[in-house]
Amino acid sequence: MANQPSQSIHQSDRALKRLKKRKAKEIRFKFFGIVAIILAMTALAWLLVSVIGTGYKAFYQHSITMTVVLEETTLDPTNARDPDALRQANYRRIIQEALYTRFPDVSDRKGKRDLFRVVSASGATNHVRQMVYKNPDLVGQTLTIVVPTSDDVDQLLKGNILRDVPEQRRKVSDQQIGWVDELVANGEIKARFNVIFFTGTDSRDPELAGIASALAGSAMALLVAFALAFPIGVGAAVYLDEFAPKNKFTDFIEININNLAAVPSIVFGLLGLAVFLNFMGLPRSAPLVGGMVLALMTFPTIIIATRSALRAVSPSIRDGALSVGASHIQAVFHHKLPLAAPGILTGSIIGMAQALGETAPLLMIGMVAFVTEIPTSVTDPAAALPVQIFLWSDSPERAWAERTSAAILVLLTVLITMNGIAIFLRSRLEKRW
Amino acid sequence: MGNYTASIIALIAIVTALAYFYGRRVARKRLAVFTGNGTGKRFHSQPNYHGLFLGGSAAFTALVIFAAGMFVNAQPGDGAAIPPHLVAMAIALSAVAVTLMNTRLIRSDFRARRYVEFFINSALLLCSVIAVLTTLGIVLSLLFESLRFFEQVSIFEFLTGLQWSPQTALREDQAGQSGSFGAIPIFAGTFLVMAVAIFVAAPIGLMIAIYLSEYATKRTRGIVKPAIEILAGVPTVVYGFFALLTVGPTVRAFAESLGFAVPTQSAIAAGSVMGIMIIPFISSLSDDVINAVPQTLRDGSYALGATKSETMTKVVFAGALPGIIGALLLAVSRAIGETMIVVMAAGRAANLTGNPFEAVTTVTVQIVALLTGDQEFDSPKTLAAFALGLVLFVITLVLNVIALLVVRKYRERYE
Repeated sequence: MANQPSQSIHQSDRALKRLKKRKAKEIRFKFFGIVAIILAMTALAWLLVSVIGTGYKAFYQHSITMTVVLEETTLDPTNARDPDALRQANYRRIIQEALYTRFPDVSDRKGKRDLFRVVSASGATNHVRQMVYKNPDLVGQTLTIVVPTSDDVDQLLKGNILRDVPEQRRKVSDQQIGWVDELVANGEIKARFNVIFFTGTDSRDPELAGIASALAGSAMALLVAFALAFPIGVGAAVYLDEFAPKNKFTDFIEININNLAAVPSIVFGLLGLAVFLNFMGLPRSAPLVGGMVLALMTFPTIIIATRSALRAVSPSIRDGALSVGASHIQAVFHHKLPLAAPGILTGSIIGMAQALGETAPLLMIGMVAFVTEIPTSVTDPAAALPVQIFLWSDSPERAWAERTSAAILVLLTVLITMNGIAIFLRSRLEKRW
Repeated sequence: MGNYTASIIALIAIVTALAYFYGRRVARKRLAVFTGNGTGKRFHSQPNYHGLFLGGSAAFTALVIFAAGMFVNAQPGDGAAIPPHLVAMAIALSAVAVTLMNTRLIRSDFRARRYVEFFINSALLLCSVIAVLTTLGIVLSLLFESLRFFEQVSIFEFLTGLQWSPQTALREDQAGQSGSFGAIPIFAGTFLVMAVAIFVAAPIGLMIAIYLSEYATKRTRGIVKPAIEILAGVPTVVYGFFALLTVGPTVRAFAESLGFAVPTQSAIAAGSVMGIMIIPFISSLSDDVINAVPQTLRDGSYALGATKSETMTKVVFAGALPGIIGALLLAVSRAIGETMIVVMAAGRAANLTGNPFEAVTTVTVQIVALLTGDQEFDSPKTLAAFALGLVLFVITLVLNVIALLVVRKYRERYE
């Protein structure tokens, strides 16, 4: 052994080979780690690109400028200007006449029908009806109106309906393409910012559908959830951290809170259905009930956030307060809680952001109704933004996919803003001891 | 109704505030007499607390009367409801009476603060009891409705039957068609989707955790970790839409190019998107447990000449295994309870298969399918949803408890 050649066993060929293999393995292992990160990031990027790629087009919409003659003979033959009669009048006829005057050489039935399909039928008639209803003096006058085109024309101009597909398999006929091209060339059809998407409510027609009612429903449900979950969550956390005696019962409460945080959200929906709707008889589809269910889901999150914020406050604060004669409750409420507030707020905002994206429990309590009015109170039937996304995603047409993606973009923007505010608050207000 | 409740609540708030300010003023005046005559006697409680005591008692009285009024009005039958203005009057009068009576109590030795603090303490206790009540509510409502379901369908058929077609239960006129509630195909579908999700998420999540804790520089970690966590913040309905609109068709196109047909809604599409959703879950939990392995173990391994990857796979991983298993169990529980992705991308018809390229249905999908749309609450069809919910709750609860126990045991090992 002692008089081995200068080469040690670590330098032998076999050892060197082994070392090379081990080093290659090391590199492979590290490489797998990088690949895993890249895969996850690619998935995120793919998701965002696919949603943004379909969604951005819903933020603009083509609309058509038309000159309509509000014929007295059509709208108000009796000349009584009776509001009810005016509301029921045949506005379809008015729009059709305006189109026939624009393209006088269309005479056959099919052509006329196709021509009418260039504009959004209910969009145009409702627009004129509203104007006349508000101001009956308009009857007999000539108006210039801007109304959405039908969703097919909109999709054609956005390039989603391809022109080189054979006519039978295309939703827009060659003749319609001809009219549309002429209108575009004359500047009568233009792409404009899609205001309807933000001010409109749910609709059967994609060109008239908007997220206003869903946003209002979400906002109300979230307010209810916050009003309930925040005080209860903070109260429970303060009790458990500061006042609770250490016994079996408080242990049991803690286990409960940890478990609640992991219960599937749909189970909370079942609870809401059985207890809030069937047992307590609260109204179905209402943001009030939605908010109550979301509150039950988020308050464990708020408790956990509050407790960690309370623990981060230095004990010397409480000791100082106690030593100058404050009672325990005064020490906590006057000194500890204010210092923990940034952490509590951050946690609550993140909890609320989670609640905003929840869909399943809201399906259980009936917030899937087709709602065409903006809810005005928490007991009105309403949809919520994620539920609206779910409802729209069911329709296969391209125009709906576009609006679904756009609604997702709005939802994500709100979520990013909420989380951004939370991070900002944390970095700005949090103190370290 | 809403208007009435709102105005009563406003009235109660006003009464409470008035009582508070009145009590504080009276206490201040009486305190001033004390300090003025130089006897050196002091109040036990600050005027503030006397005010709070008076306000609290007024609010309590008002709420009791309000609740009593609601209770009487809610009694069915006679129809002689108490008119709102009468309730309002009763609230106002009794609050004033209680306040005036309490005014006598404002003295130097009256321990108003004690009472107020006792009240605050009880209120805080009540807040934490709500957590228990919620759990109790979940268990009772699921159990109660499930028992009603099992009165009509045997529990044995539910847990072992191979046929799931709840829709036929609606057609009562058809003899012999009572619907079949064998839930095995649903459990199998749930398991299949979960397995696909874990198959995607476990290796990726684990490798990310290992890379971030052992290889990444502090800067890379600071960028990559929050970026991965974005995946956890995306709402599930967005993942569902992504699975339906993008991943499903991609899987189908890919399979078609290989020469076999796959529906757009399939276990693989839903499962893989769900896997993406759980990646941050697994990676951050495993990251924690890997970091909890003491550095001395690593140092010992390096001292023996092991490379980083050898240390990782043979020493750290072995040490962290219980914690990682706990993390995986939590991820499984999460995957089983996930709803929107499968509702949108997995399919609705029960299908007993082990092939991930087919459409399957899951427990959560069936709950949604059974409970959305028109429902009569006593039919076995809607009650079946609660039985499924009970199964879901029990399974996730058991998984969570086991996982938490495993993780806790593991933590203690290195403390």
